Amino acid sequence: MWSWVAHRVTGVAIFFFLLVHVLDTSLVRISPEAYNDVIATYKNPIMGIGEAGLVAAIVFHAFNGIRIILVDFWAKGPKYQRVMLWVVMGLFVVTMAGFLPRHLMHVFGGE
Amino acid sequence: MTTIADPKAPRPPKPRPARLTTRGNTELYGWVFMRASGVILLVLIFGHLFVNLVAGEGVSAIDFGFVAGKWASPFWQVWDLLMLWLAMIHGTNGVRTIINDYAERDGVRLALKASLYLAFVVVVVLGTLVIFTFDPCPSGSPADLLPSFCTA
Ligand code: HEM
Ligand code: HEM
Repeated sequence: MWSWVAHRVTGVAIFFFLLVHVLDTSLVRISPEAYNDVIATYKNPIMGIGEAGLVAAIVFHAFNGIRIILVDFWAKGPKYQRVMLWVVMGLFVVTMAGFLPRHLMHVFGGE
Repeated sequence: MTTIADPKAPRPPKPRPARLTTRGNTELYGWVFMRASGVILLVLIFGHLFVNLVAGEGVSAIDFGFVAGKWASPFWQVWDLLMLWLAMIHGTNGVRTIINDYAERDGVRLALKASLYLAFVVVVVLGTLVIFTFDPCPSGSPADLLPSFCTA
């Protein structure tokens, strides 16, 4: 049940991000300066954390989406749906553990 | 003694559903599309995030030169085009379901869906034009903002 709510919330959040994302990317057609100026305003710790949140939303939505697909199409899917939720959470933790340190390093300087 | 109604007796008319949403199999195709596009999007988006956030200098490397370097290659053009279209159709269809679930009043539901479809058209058309009309070396721009292959 909570996984269904989370799947909805992450789906909508990603959708609204995508609307803005295509708009800001379209600045490359105005001029290199316009694009670089806007991207420069994104390069701060707050946006960096926002990016981490977005990636977390995508990673959950993607893995849980695969689980939904398996429940629907795999004969044993409904039987293992609870186990698969644990697998989703495990994969989520592993993926984020791989991603976060590297991303935060890029955001908070160092190299 | 009670009598059982003759099975051929006229039946009361079937109650009409309170609101009609779709006819035919459209909902089924939508359901299949959500699953098929989901699998492809997983590959496209994870690839996008890896190249733009993890590889090399990550986010801190993104600027006009970075984008120009990617879109100089048809490979990334096709990649981004597919990602744009699939994510927008998948996301729009998903949000449409959510509007159907929560917006009870006809007027509200209609207004929300009209805005949703408008946003879909604007973003897909704009995003597609941007990919196809992109010029990595616009004339008159300072060379230090452009990718290194623009030396002409
Ligand atoms: C914080 C994470 C993200 C960053 C930093 C980022 C960055 C970029 C950049 C630099 C581009 C320019 C072209 C390219 O590099 O391929 C781009 C384009 C694009 N991105 Fe992302 N992206 C992010 C997340 C996402 C997500 C989650 C999606 C999908 C839901 C997405 C979908 C797209 C699409 C469709 C385009 C093409 C836009 C167009 O047609 O104008 N991006 N992104
Ligand atoms: C990364 C790969 C993705 C996978 C594997 C995936 C998978 C799925 C699946 C299987 C569903 C369920 C459909 C149903 O119940 O009929 C779904 C729903 C949804 N997805 Fe995705 N999706 C992905 C990416 C995205 C993206 C990029 C967006 C936003 C642009 C998005 C937005 C939504 C929305 C709004 C819903 C509706 C949720 C609901 O009805 O409760 N998804 N997704």
